[in-house]
Order: sequence, then structure tokens, then C-alpha cells
Amino acid sequence: MKKKFSIGYFVIYLFLILWALTTLFPLIWSVMNSFKDKKMIYSNSFSLPVGEAFSLENYKNIFANYNIFSAYRNSLIISGTVAFAVIFLASMAAYIMCRYHFRLKKLLSLLLYAGMMFPIYSTIIPVLRMQAKWGIVNSPHVGLNLLSVILPQIAGNLSFAIIVLEGYIRTLPIDLEESAFLEGCSMFQTYFRIVFPLCKPSIVTVGIFSFLWSYNDLFTQMFFLRTKENWAITILLNNIASKEGVNYGALFSSVTLIVIPVLVVYLILNKYIIKGMTVGAVKG
Amino acid sequence: MEARIYKNKKLIWIFLAPAFLFMFIYLYYPFVQNILNSFQHIKYMGTAGGEWNAPWYSNYLKLLSDPKMMTALKNTGVMLVATILGQVGIALLLALLVSNIGAGSGFFRTVYFIPIVISATALGLLFNLVFLYDKGMVNQFLQFIGYLDMEKNQLIDWKSKHAMFTMLLPVIWQYVGFYFVILLTGISGIPSELYEAATIDGASRAQCVRYITLPLLRNSIGTCVILAVTGALKVFDLPWTMFVNGMSNTWLTGTYMYSKVYSDVDYASAIAVVIVVLGVVLSNIVNRLFKENADYNA
Repeated sequence: MKKKFSIGYFVIYLFLILWALTTLFPLIWSVMNSFKDKKMIYSNSFSLPVGEAFSLENYKNIFANYNIFSAYRNSLIISGTVAFAVIFLASMAAYIMCRYHFRLKKLLSLLLYAGMMFPIYSTIIPVLRMQAKWGIVNSPHVGLNLLSVILPQIAGNLSFAIIVLEGYIRTLPIDLEESAFLEGCSMFQTYFRIVFPLCKPSIVTVGIFSFLWSYNDLFTQMFFLRTKENWAITILLNNIASKEGVNYGALFSSVTLIVIPVLVVYLILNKYIIKGMTVGAVKG
Repeated sequence: MEARIYKNKKLIWIFLAPAFLFMFIYLYYPFVQNILNSFQHIKYMGTAGGEWNAPWYSNYLKLLSDPKMMTALKNTGVMLVATILGQVGIALLLALLVSNIGAGSGFFRTVYFIPIVISATALGLLFNLVFLYDKGMVNQFLQFIGYLDMEKNQLIDWKSKHAMFTMLLPVIWQYVGFYFVILLTGISGIPSELYEAATIDGASRAQCVRYITLPLLRNSIGTCVILAVTGALKVFDLPWTMFVNGMSNTWLTGTYMYSKVYSDVDYASAIAVVIVVLGVVLSNIVNRLFKENADYNA
């Protein structure tokens, strides 16, 4: 059904492009204004920051007043650890849940689905109490504070990850595992040498999802990262917002700093990311 | 069928235990604790529950007579309706349109999904600037096109006069792309022979959508509505960034729960229980609605 240019197509494209503008323009607008001083933002926030109007003041201020790099580092440590732990713990459990039949299997898979339904609100208070008892909340060591965010975030991603990976392992032919068995491979060897490598596409999906979810999660960070040196990027942004109330330039430049790395990664890996963020949802 | 190579089950718990231990310690155990806590008296955040409340359900009585909680429930209700109609509705429209074009569908997919990967905190901050009273994007734009009088510096106070709208718009906008991708995947799964046969029989484009696409999309739409419902109950970061402490009466169940977490711990637990119950009940209702007449589903 090939159709030539028609009014109908024109309207469709117009509408689609309009929505695309709503998703792109606010970001472009933010980047644009981050290079302008307050007066310029105030007089015309739609103008381009070229020539006289161009200024790096906002960025100088932000970098002078806030430890952006420490926040980036903390975020990378937290989200990287969460992603790796989720990948390993979830793929091991998913492998067993998919290939073996055992007594508690029904109960465990019920628990997995229930785990996806628990909102963070319903667990955070007891989790804080438990972690406070262990001494990893408000600890003088940055590492322990980061750990207090990492652990609940791992748990929060596991049920989703196991369900997605289990679905993927189910599509893998069992023949390879059978021949590995005949060659004398143990369960561990079969998992590490055969199943895990074959799961790569799904593992990338799960890893990216967990990383992004953790990177963007303000709620958990608000509970466990209470002092400057422990701040990760999202909580730092939240604090900049409350301190710099009317300093619009600072707000624009900090939003830009937080958004750009994610955007770059997204544009490189968007296929995996889109799949990762939707596949689990559809299956579940 | 059981594969014969997977008969030896002695060691499987080594693989299962780490993940499930994690979930027991961080999900199931705290979840049960939280329900118990909602009936107990807790003095400070981080301390254990002491004696039972008298009567044990007193927190739930308090919920019923708490005007802020009522506001939160009402607003969450509005949020639910707005996300279902707004997010899923716009997403469905966009997906139908994109499925009808040839070139550019990959581009739209990529672009529509952008807001989802960006932290809601950053978006909240950005939309604070968009809706800024003193010459934010919207007010400046309205002055440029002459809707607001620039000479008199006429401005609209979005965050206090139109608070709910200002909060709902970014939340809805952020997740449209998510449902768009799910629905587009659903549409691309519909065999093209169906459309060809219908076209030969003289069906118009609109009729194809009405009698083929929409009925066959029922499952995908149901999934989207469930996700929209559970998502609307969880939303926190964006409203909290834009409207700290429920300013302009914008409390939602989630933000209200957080505001009580340090001052009235067991009460906050009770609010969390309400959020869970709402989520379970509502997603079951949606499930029923979309399963009941599923007879023409493949």
C-alpha cells in the first residue's frame, strides 16, 4: 500500500513532530539557558547564547560551590554495583527457576511477582531501622553510606530482573547445556560457560535498567545519603534546587550537567534501553 | 517436561539463596514489619515498635479524619484518571499514527522515549523553570504571542493558581513514550494479512483501526493501564521536586507518606499500607475489566 504525499500524511507527521518537539525542546532550552547570565534568561529565554550573550559563569559557579565530581563518583559506585550485583544474583536464580523443577518453585515464583508489586514506601521504614541497627546509616565512612543505598536498591530490582532473565533463558535451546552435561560439566560450569554468555542480550537489558533506575532514584537517596560527601547526583540536584531557588542560571547548568551524560549513553544504547525498560513490564 | 540433565538438585540452593535471601531481608520481611508497625506506637524513625496502639487500628481511624490524607487520596485519584486517559490515550494515538507512516518511525521511538531515561528530579527542576512565575518558559511565551500583556508585566502564577495541572502535565508527559513503545510493539505484532483482507473487502483506514487494531490491542492496552495505575500510585520524585511538602494542596499519597516519615512513623506506615492496598485492588479491577470480554482475543 504505497501512498503518495497527501494532506493526511502531512497532518500525521505534523502531529508526530509536535510531540517530538515537546520531548526535545525543554532539554535544548535548558542547555541554551545554561550558557546565559540571569539577565539574558530573564529578557528572552528563547534566544541563542551566541556572541556577547555566551557565558560560562553558571558552570564556574556550580563547580565552585558544589562537588559535582564527588557526586558523579558516588553515583557511579552505587549504580554500577547495583547493576553488577543484580546481573549476577538474578541470572543465577533465573537459571535455576527456569531449568529445574523443585518443591518450592511455585511459592518462589509467586513471591517474585509479589515482589514487583511492593512499592518502596511499604518497606523503607523497617529497612532504615534494620540498617541503622547494623550501623551503616549515617556512618562516618562514605563507603558504608553508599552501601546502605546499594543494598535496598539491589533487592528492589531483583524480582523484575529474575522474571526477565527467566523468560529469556526459556527461549534458549537446551541442547548446548545437554552436551555440556555429557562432557562432564557441573552445574556451575554449565552456568558460567554456557548459560551466562548466551544470556548476554538480556543481561545488557537488565543491567542498563537497574543502573538507570538506581541513578535516578531520589527517594532512597533521600533516606540514606544525608551529608554532602555522601551525595549522589540526584540528591545533589535536589539540594541545589532548594539552595539556588532564584539563581536560574545555576539551575539550568546543573540540570544540564545531570541530563547530558544520561542522554549521551541513551543515544548510544537506545535499542537496549528501550527494550530493557519495556520488556519486563510487558512480561510481568 | 523435565530435562534429564537437571535431575541433580542438591546444589541448586547455592544459586537461588543469594537472590532470595536478599529479597527476604529487604522486601518480604520489611513488608510484613511495616504492616505490624502501622498498628504499633513508634517514637522515632529507626527505633522499633513498642506497645500496640489503643485501639490497635487507631492510625487507620486517624487517616479517615485527616484532611491532608483526604486531599492526598483525592489528588491521587485525579492523578490516576489523568495518567490513564492522558498517558495511555496520547500513547495510543501516537502509536496508531506512527504505525501508519513509513519513514521516521525509529526516530520517533527514540525521541519519545527520552524523558523516561532522565531522572524525574531533573525534569521536576526543569519544569519548575518552565512554569516559573517570573518569566518562565510558558509565561514568556504567552507574553511574546500577546496573550499576556508584556507592558503591564502580566503573568500567570502556575504553581499556586493551577497547581494540579502544573504537577500532572510533566508526570503525564514523561511516561507517554513508555506506553507508546509497548503499544507500538503490540501493533507491529498484528499480522498484516488481516489488514490486507479487510482492505480488499472495502474497509477504510478508520474501520481497520476500529475493528482490527483496537480489539487486538486489548491485551497491550490492559497492560498499559495496569502499569499506569501502579505508576500513578508510586510517583514521588517529580511532584516532590516541584511542590515540596505538598505546597498548594498538591499532596499525593506517596509525598504525604514521606512527609510523615520522621514526625509520625507508625502513621506513615499506615499510609504505606493504604498505598499497597490501593495498588492491589485497583490493578485487580483493571485486570478483570480487560479480561472479561476477551473472547475475541487471539
